[in-house]
Amino acid sequence: MHASPPPSATAVRFAGVARHFGRVRAVDGVDLSIAPGEFFAMLGPSGSGKTTCLRLIAGFEQPDAGHIEIFGETVEGLPPYRRAVNTVFQDYALFPHLSVGDNVAYGLKVRGVGRAEREKLAREALAMVKLAGMETRRPAQLSGGQRQRVALARALVVRPKVLLLDEPLGALDLKLREEMQAELKSLQRALGLTFVFVTHDQSEALSMADRVAVFNEGRIAQVGAPEEVYERPATAFVAHFVGSANVLSREQAAALGGRAVASSLRPERIAIGDFGAPIGEGIAPVEARVIDISYQGAVRRVSALSDFGMSVTVSVPADAGGRLSPGDVVRLLIPRAALQPMEGEG
Amino acid sequence: MSLATLDLPARPIGLRGRLSDLLVRRGGLLTLLLLLPPLLWLGLVYLGSLFVFLGQSIFSIDEFSGTIVREPTFATLIELFRPANYDIVLRTVAIATAVTVLCAIIAFPIAYYAARHAGPRAKAAFYLAVMMPLWSSYLVKVYGWKLLLAKEGAIGWFAGRLGLTGALEAWLALPVVGGPSLSVSYTGMVLTFTYLWLPFMILPVQAALERVPGSLIEAAGDLGASPAKVFRTVILPLALPGVVAGAIFTFSLTLGDYIVPQIIGTSALVLGQAVYTLQGTAGNIPLAAAFSLVPILVMAAFLAIARRTGAFDAM
Repeated sequence: MHASPPPSATAVRFAGVARHFGRVRAVDGVDLSIAPGEFFAMLGPSGSGKTTCLRLIAGFEQPDAGHIEIFGETVEGLPPYRRAVNTVFQDYALFPHLSVGDNVAYGLKVRGVGRAEREKLAREALAMVKLAGMETRRPAQLSGGQRQRVALARALVVRPKVLLLDEPLGALDLKLREEMQAELKSLQRALGLTFVFVTHDQSEALSMADRVAVFNEGRIAQVGAPEEVYERPATAFVAHFVGSANVLSREQAAALGGRAVASSLRPERIAIGDFGAPIGEGIAPVEARVIDISYQGAVRRVSALSDFGMSVTVSVPADAGGRLSPGDVVRLLIPRAALQPMEGEG
Repeated sequence: MSLATLDLPARPIGLRGRLSDLLVRRGGLLTLLLLLPPLLWLGLVYLGSLFVFLGQSIFSIDEFSGTIVREPTFATLIELFRPANYDIVLRTVAIATAVTVLCAIIAFPIAYYAARHAGPRAKAAFYLAVMMPLWSSYLVKVYGWKLLLAKEGAIGWFAGRLGLTGALEAWLALPVVGGPSLSVSYTGMVLTFTYLWLPFMILPVQAALERVPGSLIEAAGDLGASPAKVFRTVILPLALPGVVAGAIFTFSLTLGDYIVPQIIGTSALVLGQAVYTLQGTAGNIPLAAAFSLVPILVMAAFLAIARRTGAFDAM
């Protein structure tokens, strides 16, 4: 009797993976390991290599170097139709000549599942994404949000080990996007599946993912829990790309009483205080002149230039910033603990 | 700092200006002006003369004097169903069908390569290669094929070189498709037609394949379909409108042609030749008109069937 192999500790593993297109290093030495049941986000600007990484997992691309494993199985050279992963495409890629029901049943049909069985499974999958009774419609008759759900049902009905989502919410409007974010998250929890999703929207990555990998120029700049990536950005790129940040040079950090290394400073960690008031422990007071104020609904963003030539952006509650106008001299209160040292210069 | 304002003098509005204003205000008028000349051409000159000609089919010809009897009758149309005439119809439809099927089979891989794999340079070369035969004279190409197909022609020579003379002779010995040589057989006629009309099949198929998003093909593979299954379940159904569009060209062009069958093929008539001889030497305009109705009705049936298969839905 065989002992069943131990459940693999990683769902997807990349070791030194590279993929070049001509002279463009789309993916340039990526190491990665995604745990089973994890909701993993690949975040980055366009051309950062995140989509190529997804396509490497799906099998649409083959690595030029390195090694890829899916649940312990080496997948280099394995075509997409032999991999236990499925993709929700950015443009949904629904088959226009098939009904919604046949779209969802497609993966079952090509695997030779009988008609009655695959129709039943397709019905269940559509019910799961709240599209029960839509089987006979054509994709063209659906709204963008509904197509997205069909694409999701079609990928999930074949029970992939890993579900890949390529900018799944990019084409939806804001309200629908927030709804789908919550739904995707609860679906992933309910199914206990590994989700890998690609996005350029940092708030989407932060709100949905268990862990985020921030991509830049074909490499991973930082991997970590959303809080970690946001609170302690490893590089200036991450600081800028995830949320907005002030990036301070090592001289500026030293001037504030922090360590003399390039540091990031989140705008919402800076307060504007009164000149007369006492200064708390661990707070660096900085005198600065207001350059510009922009109203953003919940907050106002104040850009200011300090007396030692440091330009910072401060995010203050909208009502608090209302009294300010350009040219005012204010006292900025910067907690030294909010200075986050980074690798490399800004 | 202030922006200098530019003082433009009010321009007087001339006749042309007024005309532009009128056309902008009344978009319908512009559409009418644009469409009137082509519609007059198409409606009166083209369709008008066609219907006048087809209208002749309800007349008949006096057997003795050879003059047209201008009294409405179905006799001429019923004549189409005489075995000799009916054979002409069946023969022509069979040839057109064979040409269309052959064109589709040859065109598909070429179109597929151009649409899905060719780079920009290869694609330019492809367009040039497909279009170039259309620039040379139709008659030159047909006579060229007559030489290729002749008993001592290039095809026979090549077959001999490859040791396939036996195969060629076996093919020519077959009933219907065979004959004394390729140039006087239906095989030769179908090959010539296929050569002539191939570009009209390649281009719409290529256009249809190009419209199939790459993500659909990836999605099918992602869902577990092998390349052969992807082709059968996704690529082929989505390219079908292009094949049907190409088939409309190849089928109708073959149905109406009367020159190729004169030069290449058997002595048996096809529809185009029948119309040509009937309205010319025979002077039987009513029967020529009746024969002319046939390709129109066949095409109407063809389009109706194409529509039923849903080939136009994705267009």
